Amino acid sequence: MDYRVQYRYRRETKMAKDLVNTLADLKEQEAIKIVKDRLSAGEDPLKILGDARRGMEIVGQRFASSEYFIPDLVYSGEILKEVTELVKPKLTKTAESKKQGKIVFGTVAGDIHDIGKDIVVFMLDVNGFEVHDLGVDVPAQKFVEKIKETGAPIVGLSGFLTLAFDSMKQTVDAMEAAGLRDKVKVMIGGGQITEEVRKYTGADAYGKDAMAGVNLAKKWAGVK
Amino acid sequence: MEKQWEEMSPDEKQEELFAKWMSPKDPQGNDLKFQSPQAEKAYKERITRIKDAIQMKKLPDRVPVFIIPSFFPVYNAGFTPREALYDYDKCCIAFKKLVMDFAPDGQIGAVAPGPGKVYDILDYKLYSWPGHGVSPNASYQANEGEYMKADEYDALIDDPSNFFSNTYLPRVFGSLEGFKMLPTLTGILEIYGVAGNFIPFGLPPVQATYKALFEAGAEALKWIGAIGACNMEMNAAGFPGLWAGFTKAPFDVIGDTLRGTRGVMLDMYRQPDKLIEAMEKLTPIMIKMGVGAAKMYGQPLIFIPLHKGADGFMSDEQFKKFYWPTFRKVMMGLIAEGVIPNPAAEGKWTTRLEVMQDLPKGKTLWMMDQSDMAKAKKTLGKVGCMYGNVPSDLLTIGNPQQIKDYVKNLIDTCAKGGGYIVSNGAFFDQAKAENVKAMVDFAKKYGVYK
Repeated sequence: MDYRVQYRYRRETKMAKDLVNTLADLKEQEAIKIVKDRLSAGEDPLKILGDARRGMEIVGQRFASSEYFIPDLVYSGEILKEVTELVKPKLTKTAESKKQGKIVFGTVAGDIHDIGKDIVVFMLDVNGFEVHDLGVDVPAQKFVEKIKETGAPIVGLSGFLTLAFDSMKQTVDAMEAAGLRDKVKVMIGGGQITEEVRKYTGADAYGKDAMAGVNLAKKWAGVK
Repeated sequence: MEKQWEEMSPDEKQEELFAKWMSPKDPQGNDLKFQSPQAEKAYKERITRIKDAIQMKKLPDRVPVFIIPSFFPVYNAGFTPREALYDYDKCCIAFKKLVMDFAPDGQIGAVAPGPGKVYDILDYKLYSWPGHGVSPNASYQANEGEYMKADEYDALIDDPSNFFSNTYLPRVFGSLEGFKMLPTLTGILEIYGVAGNFIPFGLPPVQATYKALFEAGAEALKWIGAIGACNMEMNAAGFPGLWAGFTKAPFDVIGDTLRGTRGVMLDMYRQPDKLIEAMEKLTPIMIKMGVGAAKMYGQPLIFIPLHKGADGFMSDEQFKKFYWPTFRKVMMGLIAEGVIPNPAAEGKWTTRLEVMQDLPKGKTLWMMDQSDMAKAKKTLGKVGCMYGNVPSDLLTIGNPQQIKDYVKNLIDTCAKGGGYIVSNGAFFDQAKAENVKAMVDFAKKYGVYK
C-alpha cells in the first residue's frame, strides 16, 4: 500500500472509531468536530452516518444494561440529529433502506402522551427498523389502514392512562375485524401496562421499557 | 397565654395544624356544623388515625385507607369528564357519591377536574381537556413543550415573577398576550416612575388581557363557591379532606411545564450550573407556596406530585446532583413550619429509596405507586408514612379477590409497626367499583391493629 494511502486509511479508521466512541460517550462537541473534519476531508458521508449509527448502538446497549438512562438517550438523539443535519447536504445517494422490517406505532385513542412512545420509536429507528409513527390519540381504524398500506408485520401501541387499556383492546379488536390479526404481532407499553393488561387487550406481548420493545421487535422480525 | 406561631417549635406547629384540621370552620369562620354527632366523631377518628400513622409515635386503631382518584368518581357517577369540568353541580355529585359509596378515611375534595370555562376564557395551551384537544370522555392531559427556552435561565433566575408574568404566562395562556407589554413593577419608583410605567395599561392588548382576567376570575369564584360548598359537605359528613394545597420539587417545576422533559434533560448536560441555580432560586418560592396554603386552610398536608426523578428518568448520580438536593430543601422548609410534605412518587422510585430516607422521622407522608414496597418499608418507611401501591391495572381489570389478596400482602409487608395507609398507587380514571370497594372494606377489616 502506498504510504499516503496507508496513512489516510489509518487516520480514517482512527477517526471512525473516534466518532463511534465520542457519540457513545455523549461528547457532543468532540463528535461534531470529528464529523466536520471528516466532511471537509471529503469523506463519504454515508460512512460517517454508518459510524454514527454504530455509536448509537452502543448507546442502546448501555441503556439496556442500565448504565444509561432516558436523559442519555435524549441527549444522544440530539447529537445524532446534529450529525445528520451536517451530513445531509453532502449526501449524493440515498442511505441504504432500513432492513430490519416495518413497524406501525402510535399512542392509542383518547391518550396524548408521547414521551414514552417517542423513546421507543427512536430506539427502534436507530436499531434499523422502518417505523411508521402515527402520533398520539390514534383511532383504531387509522392503525388498521396503516397496517394495510405498509404491510407492516409488527404493531406497537402506547398508552399512559387507564383509559388506554380499552383503547388498546379496541385497536386489537379492529385488527381482528379487518382480518389482520394473524398477520401482525402486537406489542403494548406504557406506565401502567402489565401482563394483566396484555391479556385484557389481546396483545401478543408488552415491553416494560424501550429496550424491551426493541428486543421484541428483533425477535419477531427474526433479527439475529 | 397561647404561644404565637413564631414562638412555636416545628413539632408544636405541626400539632397546631393538626388541631386546626380537627376543628374545621365554615366560610364565616364559625365551627363547622357536622351532619350528626356520629359524623363529627367519625371525622375526628379518621384524622386521629391518619395522624398516628404519619407521626409514627403510636399505632393507630387500624390501618387507614384512602382513595386518591383522577376522574374515577366522575365515571363512577355516570358522568363524562367534560360534564365534570363544565357542570359544577355534577362534579360535586360525583365526588360526594365517591365518599358515600366507599367511605375512605381521607378524600381529596372535588377540585381536581377544575373549571373548564376558565380554561376556555384564558385559552389555556399547556393542557388539553375533555372536549378541547381530547375526547369529552378522556381526562385532561398536559401538552409537552419548551414554554421556557434554553437561553432564558438568566431571565428566570434574575426575576422569577417577572419572567412568569411577562414571558411564561402569555405563552401558556393565549388570552394573556397583553402581559408581554407589562412594565416591570419595580420600575415604579418616585414620581418620575409613575406615568411612564402606567402607559402599558392603556394599550388595547393589555386591556383585553385584563378583561379576560376579570372574566376568568369571576368564573373561578363561581366554581369555588360550588366546589367549596361540596368539600365542606364531605367534611360535615365525616370525611376529612387531605390536602391544604400543593407545591413541587424544583426539578419538576422546570422539567414539567417550563423547559419540558426533553429540554430539562438536555440542560443537565449543556448547562447544568444554570439549571441548579434556577432550582435554588425556586426553592424558597416552593416552600412559601406550601406553607402559605397550609396556614390559610389550617391543615398540615401539602401535596407534591413527583415526576422526573423516577427510576429510569435519570441515573442515581444525576438524582443526587439534580433532583434530590432542592426537593429535600423544599420538604425541610415545609417541615420547619409544621407542614407535612406529601410527595407522590409516581411510577417506580425503588432505586431512590435509600437517598430519600435522609429525612426526620414522622414528618412526611408518601404516596407510592409501583416502587418495591418491601424495600420501601426498610428504607424510606423507617422515617416516613407511606400509602398506595394498589395497582391501576388490578383496579381496572382485576377482580375483588385479586384486590383482597394484594391488599393483604401489602398490609403484611408494610403495616407492621404503623406508618402505612392502604390506597391506590396512581391517580386513576377507570376502575370497577366493586374493586375499589373491596380495597376499602378489606383494609378496614384486615387492617385492625390488635
